[in-house]
Amino acid sequence: MPRIRDIAKACKSKNAGPFEVTIDVVFDTREMYEKVRATKVLCPALFARLYKVSAEDVLFTEYPAGYAFKATLPRLVSSGDVGDTDVYGAQQHAPLLEVEIPL
Amino acid sequence: MQEYRLLSTSGLLGYGFPEASLAAGMKREPHMIGVDGGSTDPGPYYLGSGKCVNSRMSMKRDLKLMLHAARSQRIPLVIGSCGGAGGEPHLTVVADIVREIAREEGLHFKLAVIHAEQDKGWVKRKLREGSIKALRNVQPLDEETIDRATRIVGMMGPEPFIRALDDGAEVVLAGRSSDPAPWAGCATRAQLPPAPSWYAGKMLECGATAALPKGHDCLLTTVDREGIVLEAMNPIRICTPFSVANHSLHENSSPCFHIEPGGLLDTSDCTFEAVSDRAVRVAGMKWTQQPYTVKLEGAELVGYRAITICGTRDPGLVATVDDFLRSVRENVAVKAEAFGVKPEDYRLVIRTYGAHGVMAGWEPVEQTKSHELGFVVEIVAASQELANAVLSIARVQMLHVDFPGRLCKEGNMAFPYSPSDIETAPAYRFSVFHTAAIDDPCAAFPIEYERV
Repeated sequence: MPRIRDIAKACKSKNAGPFEVTIDVVFDTREMYEKVRATKVLCPALFARLYKVSAEDVLFTEYPAGYAFKATLPRLVSSGDVGDTDVYGAQQHAPLLEVEIPL
Repeated sequence: MQEYRLLSTSGLLGYGFPEASLAAGMKREPHMIGVDGGSTDPGPYYLGSGKCVNSRMSMKRDLKLMLHAARSQRIPLVIGSCGGAGGEPHLTVVADIVREIAREEGLHFKLAVIHAEQDKGWVKRKLREGSIKALRNVQPLDEETIDRATRIVGMMGPEPFIRALDDGAEVVLAGRSSDPAPWAGCATRAQLPPAPSWYAGKMLECGATAALPKGHDCLLTTVDREGIVLEAMNPIRICTPFSVANHSLHENSSPCFHIEPGGLLDTSDCTFEAVSDRAVRVAGMKWTQQPYTVKLEGAELVGYRAITICGTRDPGLVATVDDFLRSVRENVAVKAEAFGVKPEDYRLVIRTYGAHGVMAGWEPVEQTKSHELGFVVEIVAASQELANAVLSIARVQMLHVDFPGRLCKEGNMAFPYSPSDIETAPAYRFSVFHTAAIDDPCAAFPIEYERV
């Protein structure tokens, strides 16, 4: 079964302000985006499980114009506060790479 | 006006851009030239300390080229969030560079400097009025938090830019601004509708990031009554419907709903169409006017930091690293207390690279397979002296604490540096990240004018 790392064009994270991290999964074509969407694997519950937050805290958007899925999550520690490991939030995407998509 | 052209040089003042791209942009006779100066992205240190995020040398290089370009075609040069965080010290640095360039190059213009730093008394009054709301995932504001902040800035909308230009300013330097505000201000001042004007600003504030390949480079955006056209000025970069649509994902919580001072930009129904092999037209954006709010950003000092960097190649230690670090922590507590420093007087943070140094609490991998581990050991305390003293103890424990089956009896860690203990700058955190409802979009952002 293909993993996101095998089929996505981009899988990336970044701050959305200092208190949230936003994660984008982008596909090459509308066709691939629609196929992935139809599996319903990418959903708030997936991000809640991977990042140990409640599904209500996941702001999830399907974005057909960009063949993309976006999830915005509360940070455990705000950007740059004591104990933060990733000021830019740029390296929090990896757990998604291994998620299998039943295409 | 039927059509308004805006030229952005890069994603941030001081990031640099090719001179040829600027020259190509100026040939298109833009009505204004600008660049975004700031972001919260590099963290709270810059707002807290008053330091600029980019160097004076790199900002001067960009400003000199932009000033010459703007003055040669007699178009406004407009820059928001000067110096990074957009507080008084940041704005002062950028204004000084602009005056210096004008002197050196014999340039003359009317300069507007728009201030964004907010008086704590004013913020407290807004709080007592009930006009302040916390943004998502942020605690409600209280007076103690306002008092503790080393600096609070307000994020201005387009109106102060419009006022400065109406008053004849030819160069506008602003403190903290909503990233699209300088561009949205110029386009709406030219009687273009807010929806395409704001959308243009959202693209221009990142320079050529909406193009492929991404890069710190110049972007020309043409605004008309129904939409915008984006084109990168460097021939190696092209805008495609996909690259432009995807840029709406960048550094925001939603690609479709963008809350801005005075309204909401809704891009849910946008269409993206190639108008040439390198330019894209976006249409269908909507703007809904809303009660006027400005975002407040503040940072507070959390203490003084000292760090040390070291690594282990010992398989026995790698296998039992959690127990080892627990022993280190216990020994640090005992030894620091012996010279009068209690556990509550400092924070000891140990990052373990090779295990969970990057993701910490979000790391799903429980058992590392790495043959070596790197550590950044950090103390944050109320004074630098205290931080240094406790770090010194922590360094010794990392080197010498015993663990079961230890063969590396001369030392557990490789330290790459002497001195191994590094004083870093004072540490800050974002403490204010709230909105304030205001009646007059200009009142909190006073403008000073001068003839340069």
